[in-house]
Amino acid sequence: MALANVLQSESVDFSNYGRKCRGFSSSLYETELGLESVGGDNLSFAVRTACSDGDGPERKIQFLHGTTTLAFKFQHGVIVAVDSRATAGAYIASQTVKKVIEINPYLLGTMAGGAADCSFWERLLARQCRVYELRNKERISVAAASKLLANMVYQYKGMGLSMGTMVCGWDKTGPGLYYVDSEGNRVCGDLFAVGSGSMYAYGIVDSGLKQKDLTVEEACDLGCRAIYQATYRDAYSGGQVNLYHVHSEGWNRVSQSDVLMLHQQYQAEKA
Amino acid sequence: MKICLKIVSGHFYGDNGKMKEYHYTGPVEHRFSPYSFNGGTVLAVAGEDFAIVASDTRLSEGYSIHSRDSPKCYKLTNTTVIGCSGFHGDCLTLTKIIDARLKMYKHSNNKSMTSGAIAAMLSTILYGRRFFPYYVYNIIGGLDEEGKGAVYSFDPVGSYQRDTYKAGGSASAMLQPLLDNQIGFKNMEGVQHLPLNQEKAVQLVKDVFISAAERDVYTGDALRICIVTKEGIKEETVPLRKD
Repeated sequence: MALANVLQSESVDFSNYGRKCRGFSSSLYETELGLESVGGDNLSFAVRTACSDGDGPERKIQFLHGTTTLAFKFQHGVIVAVDSRATAGAYIASQTVKKVIEINPYLLGTMAGGAADCSFWERLLARQCRVYELRNKERISVAAASKLLANMVYQYKGMGLSMGTMVCGWDKTGPGLYYVDSEGNRVCGDLFAVGSGSMYAYGIVDSGLKQKDLTVEEACDLGCRAIYQATYRDAYSGGQVNLYHVHSEGWNRVSQSDVLMLHQQYQAEKA
Repeated sequence: MKICLKIVSGHFYGDNGKMKEYHYTGPVEHRFSPYSFNGGTVLAVAGEDFAIVASDTRLSEGYSIHSRDSPKCYKLTNTTVIGCSGFHGDCLTLTKIIDARLKMYKHSNNKSMTSGAIAAMLSTILYGRRFFPYYVYNIIGGLDEEGKGAVYSFDPVGSYQRDTYKAGGSASAMLQPLLDNQIGFKNMEGVQHLPLNQEKAVQLVKDVFISAAERDVYTGDALRICIVTKEGIKEETVPLRKD
């Protein structure tokens, strides 16, 4: 449920808000972000190191952390694989989080970091992409879409947004994969893994991608394996592996496999 | 495994078993906090053609109980109920804002908002306060356009997803595993996955809250259950432990 922070270990300490909350208007029209009132106040959700919880019945709002998301380009498009766990401290808040956001039928975005940040800005990106399509009578390129997203969040740099996303799609230059985050990074690449379990996933994909021409099935299997291995070793990743394949006609959801089932399947294969 | 030492007297026990002594060490700075935690647990379950939203009715702050009759379920439309727990001030304001937006929608579009639309709207309302959040954990329960039960759970800044069942609030960590086992049939081998009928769901909710009241200090006093079906919303109140 509390899906806010899917990447880093943080719990929000709201004791700074007393001084910084002046200037926020509470209007009914909450669809506008109140952009006027936000500028300047350097609010950050950075946490103090854990203070003892024994000081009476004080409660901090817990945000969620931990994830593994990965995407890689290959001959037949882009494979996107994610886990589905969201944690708040040591509590697993949900095992069924959708960490792949379907921006439009040919663009996907992954979610790592603050879930609300990711889903809100990617939904806004979907709107901007549609406006582009209407104005220009052609589909937006992956480079342009990722640039729109990067520019939108750059305005909030330093204010505490937490978003590490990969924009994946297929446009007229072929498969496209960009990593965009709330720090202002925007890089093009062939392979990205984001999250607390990313190192484990990199290990698997790097060794599997040695062979040049992978078939679609081999690539899907590789992505699935990588996420499974990450969930195996990273305590903060788990749940199900959601696998998507982006090709020239758009994306399609390949599979959703429970990690427990995958474990039994791989154990059986080993024997 | 860390053993949780119980507080039975005025002395507090530290990690090594020795008594910690509390005495005044020097000037202490107190900062004003705009939030406070008022406790409470909310739960929602979606069935084939019904949805249940239940909450306890205790309103606490610190070591005191402000009220034993402050339910946390609010009726939004004929097919949707929302449960809000966390900071009571924000819960009240948020429900007022939602009510106002529902009225505006009704006037402009000449129809009531569907549960899915309310969920999407609540997400943007919450995100609008991204830098000074509503300290509220929301769960919406209702019927979707096809008449099937729907539960939407939120975080304080607007991230949401549709679930079959969800517990939120102070005792959520205790209730959620029980629901996973009884409704989701998780970690059970060789069990038939029977769909949940309304009577069984209501009984399960009552049992689950009785357990929560046993072990969570912020949950208790009474349980308010709202059952949403196509006939309307039925309310039931069940007493819980008052200690």
